[in-house]
Amino acid sequence: MLQKLYDWIDDRIDITPLWRDIADHEVPEHVNPAHHFSAFVYCFGGLTFFVTVIQILSGMFLTMYYVPDIENAWKSVYYLQTEVAHGQIVRGMHHWGASVVIVMIFLHTLRVFFQGAYKKPRELNWMVGVLLFFVMLGLGFTGYLLPWDNKAYFATQVGLEIAEQVPFIGEQIKILLAGDAHIVGAQTLTRFFAIHVFFLPAALFGLMAVHFLLIRKQGISGPL
Amino acid sequence: MSEKKQQVSRRQFLNYTLTGVGGFMAAGMLVPMLRMAVDPVLQESAAGDLVNVGLAVEDITNEPQRVDWKIDQVDAWYESKVGKSAWVYKNDNDEIVALSPICKHLGCVVSWEGSEQFPDQFYCPCHGGRYHKDGQNIPGTPPTAPLDVYESKVENGMLYLGMAHPRGEA
Repeated sequence: MLQKLYDWIDDRIDITPLWRDIADHEVPEHVNPAHHFSAFVYCFGGLTFFVTVIQILSGMFLTMYYVPDIENAWKSVYYLQTEVAHGQIVRGMHHWGASVVIVMIFLHTLRVFFQGAYKKPRELNWMVGVLLFFVMLGLGFTGYLLPWDNKAYFATQVGLEIAEQVPFIGEQIKILLAGDAHIVGAQTLTRFFAIHVFFLPAALFGLMAVHFLLIRKQGISGPL
Repeated sequence: MSEKKQQVSRRQFLNYTLTGVGGFMAAGMLVPMLRMAVDPVLQESAAGDLVNVGLAVEDITNEPQRVDWKIDQVDAWYESKVGKSAWVYKNDNDEIVALSPICKHLGCVVSWEGSEQFPDQFYCPCHGGRYHKDGQNIPGTPPTAPLDVYESKVENGMLYLGMAHPRGEA
């Protein structure tokens, strides 16, 4: 049945080369844990991607219940956490995944660093990776405020004060983030929400595409 | 027909197990999300309490009168007062009838004798839908069903109304 459907489409638009080009490539022996168990260190990049997919999916579903408004944000999170079936699990995935993705990205970075895999000709991909790391941190920072509880509020106040320490333009950066010179409030929450669900994910997707394209173009770095 | 046992090739075995395990993991991830998304559909519809609408039974006549009242609505994390209205009268058997004013065509609001051309009928201004006094839709006008009827009861001489239900259901 599925094979027939596939053949029907493939007959007409010849999709096989499309996915072959993406999926069909050899895993070199030195990155295959079946050959050398220590090659598991090569998994961290893929695991980062896997957790990122979980974050995107669980985040999409969370926005079905969440409202970025100071009156209702906490209440909507409380509702989804206590009244909605499996809401606790989905928010739990997003909550814990946010930490796991940072851990994975960090382990991936360590692997690339200690294997010297960032060296010529792969410097560009290292830079893209660093940008990805910053985007992830930004997602963590902006996401932290959204439940609008005490921890979120005061953590964001501290975060904004850190941003204010930037020389010369610190204050402007802080106001740009908070939406107000003095208040961490309604405008801060909507801004952080917009940054969290639209701006940073867009940047994330773009950078991930470049990251993966460069890997395909350059291949995995050789054995040590 | 060959009697030879069907051999599962190494490639097939790996394909099946990997697809199986992968599918299991994907399901473990997606099921909670989907269950959360469909939760409103699976919620039992709360049968709202019947509410005192502030109309004494003795004031109900044979002529439909419009009653407006407010109910406490709990909308997930948001609680508010929401206005409701009904057309109330006593029918020939002296039973109290409370009709929903929501037109069964496309949901506009009907009024008793809303058009001077059609006395003794409910009239919908949107597309000229009409109903008899008992709520039956008049053939040849847009509505395809009679007006919904409110659950009602009388307590201490006051009228209490609940949810409106389609005729023939409750």
